[in-house]
Amino acid sequence: MKHIQADIVIVGAGGAGLRAAIAIAEIDPEIEIALISKVYPMRSHTCAAEGGAAGVKLSDDSLEMHFNDTVSGGDWLCDQDVVEYFVEQAPRELVQLEHWGCPWSREDDGSVAVRPFGGMKKKRTWFAADKSGFHILHTLFQTSLQFPSIKRYDEFFALDLLHEDGRARGVVAMEMRSGCFFHFSAASVIMATGGAGKIFPFTTNGAIKTGDGMAMAYRAGVPMKDMEFVQYHPTGLPGTGILLTEGCRGEGGVLVNKDGYRYLQDYDMGPETPLGEPVFKSMELGPRDRLSQAFWHEQKKGNTVPTAWGDCVLMDMRHLGAQRILERLPMVHELAVSYVGVDMITDPVPVRPVVHYMMGGIASNIEGETPMPGLFAIGETACGSLNGANRLGSNSLTELLVFGKRAAAGAAAFAAENDYPREAPALLAQAEAIVARVRGLLQKSEGNESVAGIRGEMMNSLEEGAGIYRDEEGTEIACKKIAELQARSAAIKVNDKSNVFNTDLQGLLELQNMLDAAECVAEASNARKESRGAHQRMDYVERDDENYLKHSMAYRQPGERPRIDWLDVTITRSQPGVRDYSGDKK
Amino acid sequence: MGTRQIELEVMRYNPEKDEAPWFQQYSVPCEEDWAILDALIYVKDNLDSTLSYRWSCHMMVCGSCGMTVNGEPHLTCKTFIRDLPDKVRVEPLENFPIERDLVVVLDDVMQKLQLAKPYIIRKDDPPPEDEEYPQSRAALKKFKQYTMCINCMLCYSACPQYGLSNDFIGPAALSLAHRYNLDSRDQGKAQRLDILADHDGVWECSFVGACSEACPKNVDPAAAIQQMKVDGTMEWWKQKFGLTGDKP
Repeated sequence: MKHIQADIVIVGAGGAGLRAAIAIAEIDPEIEIALISKVYPMRSHTCAAEGGAAGVKLSDDSLEMHFNDTVSGGDWLCDQDVVEYFVEQAPRELVQLEHWGCPWSREDDGSVAVRPFGGMKKKRTWFAADKSGFHILHTLFQTSLQFPSIKRYDEFFALDLLHEDGRARGVVAMEMRSGCFFHFSAASVIMATGGAGKIFPFTTNGAIKTGDGMAMAYRAGVPMKDMEFVQYHPTGLPGTGILLTEGCRGEGGVLVNKDGYRYLQDYDMGPETPLGEPVFKSMELGPRDRLSQAFWHEQKKGNTVPTAWGDCVLMDMRHLGAQRILERLPMVHELAVSYVGVDMITDPVPVRPVVHYMMGGIASNIEGETPMPGLFAIGETACGSLNGANRLGSNSLTELLVFGKRAAAGAAAFAAENDYPREAPALLAQAEAIVARVRGLLQKSEGNESVAGIRGEMMNSLEEGAGIYRDEEGTEIACKKIAELQARSAAIKVNDKSNVFNTDLQGLLELQNMLDAAECVAEASNARKESRGAHQRMDYVERDDENYLKHSMAYRQPGERPRIDWLDVTITRSQPGVRDYSGDKK
Repeated sequence: MGTRQIELEVMRYNPEKDEAPWFQQYSVPCEEDWAILDALIYVKDNLDSTLSYRWSCHMMVCGSCGMTVNGEPHLTCKTFIRDLPDKVRVEPLENFPIERDLVVVLDDVMQKLQLAKPYIIRKDDPPPEDEEYPQSRAALKKFKQYTMCINCMLCYSACPQYGLSNDFIGPAALSLAHRYNLDSRDQGKAQRLDILADHDGVWECSFVGACSEACPKNVDPAAAIQQMKVDGTMEWWKQKFGLTGDKP
């Protein structure tokens, strides 16, 4: 095993990991950074984000309004100190990206343009046409190339955390090209591995979103927070699950059922707004949880449109006209033509809800700190409780930046204050055990289960038991099923015995990570006996602030169901209230 | 939805046991709306889990899944069964060493991206941290096209010059340098000149235009390279006569 010494290890080189790396390099160029990623940084899933990044910009807007939208959007499960810090830092971070060359779309006067987004009371979403995440990722990656202290380890698959005396000390990773194992030791570790959308069958997430960071932290004893909150984006393309950005609706696209009726008005998001004149926080600019839930009801009522890929509703954008569609939404236009054969300039596009984002993740706080000293978590893999029970579209890209920078400062300070012996025999033994586990998987010659088989069963079980609507029986079945699959996964045989770019072995390791994430989702969905935001229980239809104005915390118990604890929500100035999406019309 | 049987002929190579690459046949029942990538995923999940290839987003933006399909470089998520005959040959990108099966070694091009100094370089101080650079829509339009590169490296696979010698810095890196040179916020053109205008830079391009034809994002690297030749000549004369090397 090769040994790499760094001051700070960052796992994941998407938006959050890159922002953190740059921040550390700027704090002190002497700090040695090891930036580990299972893919080249430009492949990271940040690239698929389309709509934009939220930060107060116009004079009719205020930090207070951004705070209120975020907290009510999150159904009061956000930690309000985190939200306060976030809305305050957001504009500065978006300007920083502008200084680094991000090609934000512009107004006529040369200032950066902003667009409306769901659940937001004002226009405050900065965008680069409909490839905002792509441009943010590439800007950060390219900017990072000027810092020699950022040492990249591209296509290194991180296997597990190293920790000693309750403190994070590094990771073990496998170099894909050689199959060699690397022991990275560091004074602090930042997890920035993104989400776990691939635990569901139908998702906007790329193949790489397998919850690796969550699982590594979970296995190391760190709790997973609020894992029951899974966001369905209301407008995915059927079949592939490809995202059609909320920007489509921000620009004025509308959702209709099989009768051409704008059904959202039947679900507390009316009254109907004039075509092409979207009203903030109403109808199509309602929040994602409400829109996805409305689809579910329309489907039950038989109002959806049957297609070759299953039931859909239609997103009609024809009234926007070719010029606006091609200028503001060129990529989604191309995607719809390519993947469902529909030109949105002339025809409505079939869409349906699709798993998009994990509000839950590694328990972390406003500093990006986790309960394990020396371990920080940022971005989608973390749950810093900015997003509560339902994330507002365009808050997560900004979250990467704001908390990427903040955790970087914390990790650098921690590394400076907590030196440790470079030779650590206990850690070496731990690293050897991790390697032995993986070698054992590779060498196993018997087994009648397959990665694809178990993965498929896991996805279907979560969709059935922990989908848009849940209940006691369904979540219980899902919990048992995931436990069963974990046991059965021991009988998977890796057919590929090669050391070089072995995606058969990687697929099994990713499946193990996904099963850990799936366990948390199913168990937390079972434990929360109320309905809030993206977590809707048919058997507990009301929000229950008396018992559940709390974060769920799932602790791994090997061989048993996880223990679920509850942690109070931080409230500073907004008491739980009613989420009003009538556009102030009521 | 109907299915169509496709005979997939896939190049395999495992450096630990194969002396040379070879082809393996898979018969894949493809749905009508599938891309070649979906057929490869079918193979991996149902027929042969030992096949290795890169992929992630399946929406033409992460740049992972570039391969050679029936002799031409393509993103396999963007290459549809409906546009292909019943027999399809899938090989790794050309002009790169093969790492394993359909996975190629990208070290060289990753270094070349870095050589382009693809970041804003300033002589003057930037604006304060709460103030943007103003940039007109026309100024944005000047370089926007060159920001669209997803680093899929199809252009290197198509480039005859890079095929001859990988000393050539190549289309994507040159377009990237040009993107920053054209950005009204940048003042680093002179710093990028040496790397790009010397014998491995723009002058090596024979202007076949294969890069622009292969590009799945209409970046048009060939146009960038031609413009840089003009820019490079201008800079050379300006520097020779002691004029400033930067745009106003």
